[in-house]
Amino acid sequence: MNRFLLPLSIFIVVVVFLGIGLKLNPREIPSPLVGKAAPDFSQPQLFEPSKVFSPADMKGKVWLLNFWASWCSGCKTEHPVLMDLAKSGQVPIYGMDYKDQRDEAMTWLSRWGNPYPVVGVDDAGRVGINYGVYGVPETYVIDKQGVIQYKQIGPLDPETVEKKIIPLVKQLEAQ
Amino acid sequence: MNMQWITLIVVLFLSGPVWAGEARPLADDPASEARLKHLAVELRCLVCQNQTLADSNAPLAEDLRREVREMIAKNMSDQEIIEFLTARYGDFVLYRPPLKATTTLLWVGPFVLVIVGATVLMVTLRRRAGKVVDVPVTEDEHRRVEQLLAEGGKRP
Repeated sequence: MNRFLLPLSIFIVVVVFLGIGLKLNPREIPSPLVGKAAPDFSQPQLFEPSKVFSPADMKGKVWLLNFWASWCSGCKTEHPVLMDLAKSGQVPIYGMDYKDQRDEAMTWLSRWGNPYPVVGVDDAGRVGINYGVYGVPETYVIDKQGVIQYKQIGPLDPETVEKKIIPLVKQLEAQ
Repeated sequence: MNMQWITLIVVLFLSGPVWAGEARPLADDPASEARLKHLAVELRCLVCQNQTLADSNAPLAEDLRREVREMIAKNMSDQEIIEFLTARYGDFVLYRPPLKATTTLLWVGPFVLVIVGATVLMVTLRRRAGKVVDVPVTEDEHRRVEQLLAEGGKRP
């Protein structure tokens, strides 16, 4: 009996580690930007290119910054969730059109609906790099002081919105 | 062979270089190119996670190479360039992550495993060596061995 105890316990430890490894998503790289000031930018707006969109305009508000593109399939999946959240009026969602064609982005929004009050254009992907974006969609929760409090990698789903985003937004608004 | 065929062949030969297209240099001057190459093999592409920034063709890798190229042009040190990237993407971009509280298991783990394995091996070998006991060979057995050896030569 004793002979098998050691190999069995080693086996169990290995299985536990493999189990944890299977559950981790290698695409979700923890962002070093959570807890830091949201990088500044000043980008032309999608619908009014003469105007700029900057996070400085959002000081004093809790808001979401959503990186998306018309070529991105995950953004289509996420889109109804954003529409619902925007309609609920619980938090404003600002868009950043990432490495996209302006006309295609506008067509996409007019076809599927526009959840954003303002959309910035990041055609060269530089704002994306400053925010550590490596695959759209990505969404940032930014607080009243302009600090990033949460980063969602990949599409938002109703459960994440319900359980993470909304409670966090409420808590940040109470501050 | 008629004239049309000859013309076609000549045209095909001449147009070769047009469709071939040249490999784009990483940077304009060789020194910056060498620096970019040296840096890019140490950095991981975040899209194709098992490729370096130098190998990857992902659009993000292209953008990051452009950023690194610009930083080289601004005469920033390797240290500063790596800090720029880790501030945005974390230690994950480095193929050689620094020794930190979160990465100790990564750095120490293999050595711990080797030490544990070697200890187990040593203990097992010692224990096994203790189990081997000398058994004297009896007269009878000696006789049997002699007999078997003598018979052995006669076998076909």
